[in-house]
Amino acid sequence: MNAEEIKKDFPILENRKISYLDSGATTQKPFQVINAIEDFYNRYNANPHRGAYSLSIEATEEYENVRTKIAKFINAKSREEIIFSKNATESLNLIAYSYGMSNVKQDDEIVISIMEHHSNLVPWQNVTKATGSKLSYMYINENFEIDDEEIENKITDKTKIVGITHVSNALGTINNVKKIIDYAHKKGAVVIVDASQSIPHMRIDVQALDADFLIFSGHKMLAPLGIGVLYGKKEILNSMSPFLMGGDMIEYVYEQDTTFAPLPNKFEAGTQNVEGVIGLGAAMDYIEKIGYDNIQKIEKEVVSYAVEELSKLDYLDLYLTKNKENHSSVISFNIKGVHPHDVASILDGEGVCVRSGNHCAQPLMRFLGIDSTCRASFYIYNTKDDVDRLVKGLKKAYSMFEKYIKK
Amino acid sequence: MDELNDVYNELIMEHSMNSYNKKKLENPDYSEIGHNPNCGDEITLEIKLDGNVIKDMAFSGHGCAISQASTSIMIDTLKGKTIEEAKEIIKTFIDMIKREETDEENLKKLEDAIAFRNVSHMPARVKCALLAWHTIEDILNKR
Repeated sequence: MNAEEIKKDFPILENRKISYLDSGATTQKPFQVINAIEDFYNRYNANPHRGAYSLSIEATEEYENVRTKIAKFINAKSREEIIFSKNATESLNLIAYSYGMSNVKQDDEIVISIMEHHSNLVPWQNVTKATGSKLSYMYINENFEIDDEEIENKITDKTKIVGITHVSNALGTINNVKKIIDYAHKKGAVVIVDASQSIPHMRIDVQALDADFLIFSGHKMLAPLGIGVLYGKKEILNSMSPFLMGGDMIEYVYEQDTTFAPLPNKFEAGTQNVEGVIGLGAAMDYIEKIGYDNIQKIEKEVVSYAVEELSKLDYLDLYLTKNKENHSSVISFNIKGVHPHDVASILDGEGVCVRSGNHCAQPLMRFLGIDSTCRASFYIYNTKDDVDRLVKGLKKAYSMFEKYIKK
Repeated sequence: MDELNDVYNELIMEHSMNSYNKKKLENPDYSEIGHNPNCGDEITLEIKLDGNVIKDMAFSGHGCAISQASTSIMIDTLKGKTIEEAKEIIKTFIDMIKREETDEENLKKLEDAIAFRNVSHMPARVKCALLAWHTIEDILNKR
């Protein structure tokens, strides 16, 4: 299937004649995912793990089948290593509280990269402040990448946790997470990989990476909003205390004491977002049907065309690595001298949806010496037409501002 | 699309990109920072009073064309007004952007600031237009 054919599976792209270039924020949903949610409510809805009647057992099966599916999808050793959460942010907070707070001591170090999303940054500030440890950063070079040298300088014997995004949501840089994980393990640190921006685009294999934790959101990979995943190695998850307390995560509850359920239920307190889980299962089926090889082929074509066309506009600043193989499907840019918010408004008038702002990465923006950027992010339903519309909109924006821009 | 061209008009563009109000005052009576955390826009407003009258105002900082122009045009509108008059104009502007004030006679007191009328139809930009006005509202209320 090519992008043109894939696009027909997305009702919103048929209903609204827009060029949707904000899949980095959230992807649109194919009818297969939308129908799966409807089907769940029409045929299986009940509270999983609660009822003895067959409907509840079927709901439990539907829910638990997706856990098995995810384990296979990312090649986890066992299905107990897959925990459902609300989103990537909740997954990261779970790790920060249940692992970070009790495994990081005074004078230890937590290392993250300067390109982390606030969700993989603010929780670690919290942990380092509470434990008296230090938060240090791996910075990027002029090509928007982290040098091997930087990895080896920053990860030390004192490092207990390394948090790294697989793909930067603001720059599109694909980080060498394998190198970071191997080096961190040599130093005795555990590594958390934020795969939110990578798993929609590339095959993730947690065993090949040897990641200790890997997290992502469903809604950036065709699934509904409000469902996230946390993968953790079984022995680590077993050693951790629960994050949220309540129903379904317990074994025995006495007046003063409680014993907790085994994995994965230990980390899934309260009634879960079952429709989100069902939708995520359908989204993974859809991705498998298209195939990651094909996804890469489609995206490569449209993203290289976009880079080529945007590079022709000499009034643009582009913030992306020159190494094509290290660049994913995000392009950050600015019209020199024009605020990205104005550019995004003018593009919106042309039916082109891009993000403008700091992309939840204020420390990165500050490091780059800018306030914000426009960001076009691409997915399998984007075509060269979308790029042409983007370029047309940018030409219009520039023409509106040209005579006022201070040279 | 017409709305966009109305908003990004000559007056707003001139004020946003090349404002004569973008400078520092000597010994201002009040200085206040206004900030939009979502888009990172940040302005510093400075005011010099002469008794009950706004004698001079200036701003510095950075932001989109709408926030910068709105700040600059606000300064033009409020300079020379009494504090009571200014409060009345500020309220009218905020109400206009929120689509709560549509009376043509009342809107006349906004002078050039009426140019932002169409921003009321652009929900994504309302905060940009209001940044400076909320900032000066804070200053005058604190007084």
